[in-house]
Amino acid sequence: MRIAPRQKRIAEIAIGLGLFLLALLLEAESAARLLLFLAAYAVTGGDVILRAARNISRRQIFDENFLMSVATIGAFCIGQYSEAVAVMLFYKIGMLFQDRAVEKSRKSIAELMNIRPDYANLKRGDVIDRVDPDEVNVGDVIVIKPGEKVPLDCVVMEGSSSLDTSPLTGESMPKAVLEGDELLSGSVNLNGLLVARVKKNVSESTASKILDLVENASAKKSKHENFITKFARCYTPAVVGGAAFIAVVPPLVLEGAAFGDWIYRALVFLVISCPCALVISIPLSFFGGLGAAARKGILVKGSNYLEALADAEVAVFDKTGTLTKGTFKVQEVVSKDIYNNEEILKFAACAEGFSNHPISLSIRRAYGKEIDAALISKVKEIPGQGVIATIDGHFVAAGNGKMMQMLDIPAEDPVDAVTVVHVAVDGEYKGYIAIGDVIKEDAVKAISELKAQKVKRVVMLTGDAKSVAESVALSLGIDEAYGGLLPADKVQKVEDLMAGKSPKGKLVFVGDGINDAPVLARADVGIAMGGLGSDAAIEAADVVIMTDEPSKVPVAIKIAKRTLAIARQNIAIALGVKGAVLALGALGIATMWAAVFADVGVTLIAVLNAIRVLGSDL
Amino acid sequence: MKRAFKLEGLNCANCAEKMEREIKALKGVNFASVNFMTAKMIIDGDDARFDDIVKAAQGIVARYEPDVVVKKA
Repeated sequence: MRIAPRQKRIAEIAIGLGLFLLALLLEAESAARLLLFLAAYAVTGGDVILRAARNISRRQIFDENFLMSVATIGAFCIGQYSEAVAVMLFYKIGMLFQDRAVEKSRKSIAELMNIRPDYANLKRGDVIDRVDPDEVNVGDVIVIKPGEKVPLDCVVMEGSSSLDTSPLTGESMPKAVLEGDELLSGSVNLNGLLVARVKKNVSESTASKILDLVENASAKKSKHENFITKFARCYTPAVVGGAAFIAVVPPLVLEGAAFGDWIYRALVFLVISCPCALVISIPLSFFGGLGAAARKGILVKGSNYLEALADAEVAVFDKTGTLTKGTFKVQEVVSKDIYNNEEILKFAACAEGFSNHPISLSIRRAYGKEIDAALISKVKEIPGQGVIATIDGHFVAAGNGKMMQMLDIPAEDPVDAVTVVHVAVDGEYKGYIAIGDVIKEDAVKAISELKAQKVKRVVMLTGDAKSVAESVALSLGIDEAYGGLLPADKVQKVEDLMAGKSPKGKLVFVGDGINDAPVLARADVGIAMGGLGSDAAIEAADVVIMTDEPSKVPVAIKIAKRTLAIARQNIAIALGVKGAVLALGALGIATMWAAVFADVGVTLIAVLNAIRVLGSDL
Repeated sequence: MKRAFKLEGLNCANCAEKMEREIKALKGVNFASVNFMTAKMIIDGDDARFDDIVKAAQGIVARYEPDVVVKKA
């Protein structure tokens, strides 16, 4: 069914409407009136009848055109001229609006996903050509001007700029890029001129991968969509069957029943017999939800996962890299003796002065001063324990409890830190440095918003010590935390939690997507964080959060709930109105006018309602 | 082999649904989708039969919506 150019359709409707109104002015039952009605019908409904005829020749009977044709021609046959024309007119007007609404929603989804590059500025020697991104190979040099989209994943060779990554991440803060930084396709260069070397071709680049993911996501259908598909398959035959029954049986059985009256009621059925409102609006709601989530940097790999997210009951977080940054920081220095904290830090920093271990780095960062290499000698690193060195003539040992044991120096581990570096000088215990993982800025907000979204249990799993798990959980407001877990234990824990939830509720696991693939797979919905640029995470999870923010998890749930609410509203509106008009039609109360509303009017309402998913400001 | 097609002028959601079902049932098709919203058809089928599959799919599309133009995406 090709859309005739809009003007033509509007003109047909206008002429039809004019002829129809003119006919209404004429004397009833005059031949001229009938002629005018027929003319109005031909102008507005001619193409519908032609299409119906063509489709019958292609063995497509129960289609919309056919049903509309039968309904209106039937109305003519029983002398309901004005209704026949009016039904066709309203049908056409409704279709016009409906197509517009669909077109508009297609457009807004396309805009939402407008990250596909249109061209690349390929640099060969001194010549710069504007080419199709498909023609650019890995290793080629491209130029990205201010205001342009980054066409392919590449690395900056020259220039600096700030980059708008919001089309990929939903993050509005521009990101500064310098020589050597990686650029992801789909982000927009805001100010400086960048020359970059291409790292990946179009199909491997981030923008294409994201688009593929979102477009393929709607193929994984939700239960609601499957229900609608099945329902639509039976609905039309059932309603048409009902119409046939009503037209024939009651007039034969009931005394005094007129054929014309019952045929009219059957025609009302035929007008409502297309399941279009449902078939369009439910997938549209889900597609809109997937698009809205993608806009926030949340890639949902299927409508079914969106549906599951809306029923999230248990949220399980991995700790390191998910709720915490996975980078170490000195949290406190505790001195035992006359030594002050500064001295302990200094000795530790000097002893660890040549190490690149993350813990050594965190101590040097905390010390913050130049280390005089001339003071340090006889450095010896003992794997799994720490470092011993001679500093300014003193024998210094900096390491964990095992090292202190080995040196026979009494030391006690404090309860609530990830890692402790004890410091002993000349065989005497001086104090310790407690080093912890840094909690992400938005982690507290993430947990409190999850609770606001009625997630009943929020659980944290970690391989770190139990005491660490508990102290992090406490500062985040998490009710349950389990520490000292090996990867296999995490799977077991998730299975236990799955067994403990209600049958309808869903378990969501959030991890960094690198080490937790088995857990991601086991959960109802596996969410991987920090997916930008990490293929492994994108592969393993059902939902990928492009940024490192755990607060995107409640956002995803919010979008999912909103999507589901709108989909349910649409099912209720469409089924409710159609059911009501069918019932009233059978009783002879509903007219064909009501039937047209129940058909195209409801579709229009449902489509407009579905578009709200996109506009939702979350 | 997996390929995507653009269905220009796809205008009937119910038909898209029916097309998808029929294309999925074609011999040699591993996966197929006809997305009404993006007006895209994705077919994943056996390499050896792929040309036949595409031809058959085009026939199915034409039967439901004769005015749709199938283009490579």
